[in-house]
Amino acid sequence: MNEIETKVRSFLGKYVSDPEVDGDLDLFSAGLVNSLYAMQLVLFIEQEYGIQVTNEDLDYENFKSVQAIVQFITLKQK
Amino acid sequence: MLNFDLTEDQIQAKKTYQQWVDQHVVPFADTFDEQQETPQSLIDQMAKDGHLGALVPVEYGGVGLDPLKWGLFCEELGRSSASLLSLVTVQSMAIQTLVKWGSTQQKEKWLPKLATGETIAAFGLTEPSVGSDARNIESSAVRSDDGNYVINGKKRWISFGATATLYLVFVQLNNMPVAFLVERDMKGFTAEPIKGMLGFRSANLADLSLQDVLVSEDSMVGKPGFGFSHIAATALDQGRYSIAWGCVGLSQAALEASMDYASNRVQFGKPLVEHQLIQEMLTEMIVETKAARMLCMHASFLKSSGEPSLIMETSTAKYYASKAATKSTNSAVQIHGANGCSSDFPVQRYFRDARIMEIIEGSSQMQQIIIAKAGHQEFTVQQRERNAQSNRG
Repeated sequence: MNEIETKVRSFLGKYVSDPEVDGDLDLFSAGLVNSLYAMQLVLFIEQEYGIQVTNEDLDYENFKSVQAIVQFITLKQK
Repeated sequence: MLNFDLTEDQIQAKKTYQQWVDQHVVPFADTFDEQQETPQSLIDQMAKDGHLGALVPVEYGGVGLDPLKWGLFCEELGRSSASLLSLVTVQSMAIQTLVKWGSTQQKEKWLPKLATGETIAAFGLTEPSVGSDARNIESSAVRSDDGNYVINGKKRWISFGATATLYLVFVQLNNMPVAFLVERDMKGFTAEPIKGMLGFRSANLADLSLQDVLVSEDSMVGKPGFGFSHIAATALDQGRYSIAWGCVGLSQAALEASMDYASNRVQFGKPLVEHQLIQEMLTEMIVETKAARMLCMHASFLKSSGEPSLIMETSTAKYYASKAATKSTNSAVQIHGANGCSSDFPVQRYFRDARIMEIIEGSSQMQQIIIAKAGHQEFTVQQRERNAQSNRG
């Protein structure tokens, strides 16, 4: 598990009972998180990594799972 | 070390807002309430003095005000007129949404106009049949062959909907919520003023009707499917923040009016303020107003740093401050007795306006649902961490 994934899971741990979920599990479809989480995730990414999530980034594929979030952050950092 | 004192700069800003409000709003707020309209001249004055675009970033011609100063401004407006507070609230909701989720073209087109007040914006989410259940709005958009969108639907209780020239409207597109910018002069769009409300009587409320309104793809804010979770959520967070601070001002106004009345009104040979049952009400007003202000300051601190918990803490502040305003204004009417029920005193207006505060930008009941859920989740996390610690130990 890389550093980004550790931090993402730590953040996720504030919202779900078991943050050690499968990395590819669709968190929204599984009903583990709600819409309030969605904006808090945006704030987490922006605050933790100093990157701006913009309208161009509004793609479900970027936020749906732990792995998707990690990949999104990694790409935005480049 | 925790420090809840305002800085000199913040104190000066608060004084400036106080003076502006005392000059331009306080003497006239009751008249506007009776006339059920905020005059364009006052809106123009707000625009001229830079208050409508205070949150627009400097690079787009605004002031780029920080969250705490914005809160202090909202408190002063709430002290004078909840209706006028709603003007800056909806304007700020549109501004923050565009700053966060607008395209470059949308930002360049609209933010300078929102900064100067040339454009007044309104927030179109609520519908005749849909209030708290906002996910199930019925207004819809259909993509036409030429790539434009055709919008049909109705919106209700839209603050300053009768005045605005730009509307952030939420609709369903193939069962996915999405937001569009709709302009007042577009064909098929009408705004009908609403009169006879309990409170927010001079908030220039309107019913909106959209019949085959044609908008371009450039008018879409964000993307389909994100209209509620991200676009509306951003706007509503800003709305709750502004309303929470405004409720502090409303409570403060009720307290100041009650102190003044209770100091001068003599019953049973002494001023009301010396009667213990009056003191009980005054004490509750003082403590709850202070507590609400502290919650708002906490939210402003989190907002300044972009901390994710700001969303829940803003919700908590709005919930508490709006309930405190209801309670304080209710007590203010009680302390004033029959005078408090007459148009000779502003406390009846405060009381009527406070009722609205518990309904807009998420009712108290909706706040209870999310605050309790978040609280339970926080408890679960704490339990998990304690168990993990205990297993390690």
